Amino acid sequence: MAMTPYVRTRMLEQKPPPVTSVGPAGWMRRNLFAGPVNSAMTVVTLGVVALLLSHLLPWVFLSVWNADSLAECRQIIDETWGTEHSGACWAVVRERFLQLVYGFYPWDFLWRPNLTFVLMLVALAPVLFTGLPRRMLVFSVLYPFLGAWLLWGGPVWTPLLALAGFGVAALGWRLGGRVNAILAVALAVLLPLLWWILVMGPLGRGLSALLPLGLEPVESNKFGGFMVSVVIGMSAITLSLPLGILLALGRQTDLFIVRSFSVAFIEFIRGVPLITLLFVASTLLNYFMPPGTNFDLIVRVIIMATLFSAAYIAEVVRGGLAALPKGQYEAADSLGLDYWQAQRLIIMPQALKIAIPGIVSTFIGLFKDTTLVSIIGILDPIGLSNAIRADSAWNGIYWELFAFIGFVFFLFCFSMSRYSMYLERKLNTGHR
Amino acid sequence: MTKTVFWGVLAAAGVAAGMVSANTLDDVKARGELICGTNTGLVGFAAPDANGRYEGFDVAWCRAVAAAIFGDPEKIEFKPLTTTNRFTALAAGEVDLVVRNTTWTFTRDVDLKLDFVGVNYYDGQGFMVPKELGVTSARELDGATVCIQKGTTTELNLSDFFRANNISYEPVPIETNAEAQQQYLAGACDVYTTDASGLAATRASFEAPGDHIILPEIVSKEPLGPLVRHGDSDWADLVRWVHNALLAAEELGVTSANIEELSASTENPEIARLLGTEGNLGEMLGLSADWAKNAIKAEGNYGEIFEKYIGEGTPIGLARGLNAQWTEGGLQYAPPFR
Repeated sequence: MAMTPYVRTRMLEQKPPPVTSVGPAGWMRRNLFAGPVNSAMTVVTLGVVALLLSHLLPWVFLSVWNADSLAECRQIIDETWGTEHSGACWAVVRERFLQLVYGFYPWDFLWRPNLTFVLMLVALAPVLFTGLPRRMLVFSVLYPFLGAWLLWGGPVWTPLLALAGFGVAALGWRLGGRVNAILAVALAVLLPLLWWILVMGPLGRGLSALLPLGLEPVESNKFGGFMVSVVIGMSAITLSLPLGILLALGRQTDLFIVRSFSVAFIEFIRGVPLITLLFVASTLLNYFMPPGTNFDLIVRVIIMATLFSAAYIAEVVRGGLAALPKGQYEAADSLGLDYWQAQRLIIMPQALKIAIPGIVSTFIGLFKDTTLVSIIGILDPIGLSNAIRADSAWNGIYWELFAFIGFVFFLFCFSMSRYSMYLERKLNTGHR
Repeated sequence: MTKTVFWGVLAAAGVAAGMVSANTLDDVKARGELICGTNTGLVGFAAPDANGRYEGFDVAWCRAVAAAIFGDPEKIEFKPLTTTNRFTALAAGEVDLVVRNTTWTFTRDVDLKLDFVGVNYYDGQGFMVPKELGVTSARELDGATVCIQKGTTTELNLSDFFRANNISYEPVPIETNAEAQQQYLAGACDVYTTDASGLAATRASFEAPGDHIILPEIVSKEPLGPLVRHGDSDWADLVRWVHNALLAAEELGVTSANIEELSASTENPEIARLLGTEGNLGEMLGLSADWAKNAIKAEGNYGEIFEKYIGEGTPIGLARGLNAQWTEGGLQYAPPFR
């Protein structure tokens, strides 16, 4: 009897996987209930989360947004949800919102910080996203002068003349370059300094007398709230990156004086807490300067924060430089590139890419550290929260202000960290 | 000037030299406004309102001085100072005077080279406990945990008091008053101690103020007052006599309501001298004849300021106590205007 082997003539339809291993059910089984221990831990964790939320959510959402004082808040809460309920009094955030954002900036001129902020985003865009036209970078370079003028006001001539100082530097460079390189550097440094210190003031006054164009000046002590955090944070971030790169290169160079200076600077600044530097900025500097000198406190703080974060950036960048294979340096040399060309075209693009996570966490840390200025009497959000509590209407309020401030800081820091992840993905050309 | 310096710095690093002057009044007049160092925020004494305008008991002194000089209490710039930078800011000339609930002590006056010109509030350290503890006197606090702000005179006073009474305590160090309120309410400590005025303000902010009592013992002397730099006695005189004018006005019955009427037609020679209708007291200070009138008009006399910001009609609800006029059994006593 002939046996006909069983041969399947057509493929079977694919069967759907068992219900327990796909979809939400499958995911839960794999991730949450993979075994008795796993299941038990899941249950306990869920219980804890539920317990936390059952306390937190009513506090956050069964709350009061419209009231004029903490006492009124409490009364409304008692009337609406009973005396046992404890709810948040967000009314304080509502009433003091403008103050928490702008400090004491004159209400009539709020468009100025608003415009400055929007223009800041425009100026940052070409730096952050390389897809945008490169010509926009011109605006980014001019922006610090424009932004500072918008915020502090004053005659329009001051930023223009300050900018002209760089023209003077270029002029000095070119004139000195005809003789020799040392004179070129000396002139490029000295001439603009003389221009800024001696010429700018009288010339600016003369020009404003001729043509009084300008904005109403607003003094630094009117600045407060998140505006101060952003002004100090952003200025220090943008200024400290180039400074930090220079310091990192200075630490690696063979030039003895430059190297010693860089090492000393980095080690000194990293060895001192930021708060000490802020105290130096706010109190000690006054003793060194002639009495009556009114050297803007916010500018002093920006300088200190910049120096502080530059030292950290320098070390992060040095890590990036150290991670580059020696072959990259030798390749640059063998192509006949000079030092700066090699840095710009070969070394830095790779070193900075490696250093991105470190650089961004330094920046996030710096941005959060701006709240330390409340200790020297600048009314940043934390300082303002103290001032708001000192109003007898809001005395006794605590978590609401911190929760709001924390939320806003989270938005800023989270976007920074997402951007750094985007950048890493984009630059991931892959060495592995 | 500030702006110029700023731009210079933005571009490179520039330092501008100012004018050196020992005459604070001339500087203030030339500047066109008074710079007054005040608290970053203390209930009733100094706090910015929703529009950023500083108000409070201490702030009223700043406004009175500005009004005495310029005839306008708004010609003033407030500089919020913390406990750490208040003295250096004054010494370095960043502010013209400080009115920031600062205790007048020997070392501050002599060693730190500051001049206290008077006492606008006689305070003292007290204790607050929950009523349910059943304590009626600070001497019963043996073994208690005490919430206390670090680095203040209160810390030293506390240890002195407990040692003198031979009882023990456990300190819970706290950074700020707001934090102390939370810790105390959360039961982290049995007792909260700070200046009695601060205790009253803190208790007023509680959900159930009646559940807490302030013990009768006051364990320290905290005379709080305005202070100026050492070395310019003319300026110190000016601030001192503005302070005295506020006190004398209350004693003489001059209020912001009746001041116009009194200055037009008073029979009392001291009031006439005070308000500048007689004599030349203002001229001696380098001010206009109606300096004291302007100072009193700014926020009222001492009693009016007290009632407006910290008195029994306010949530803080402080009684006059030691701060009553000497005629009422208190310590506030203005030297004669003659």
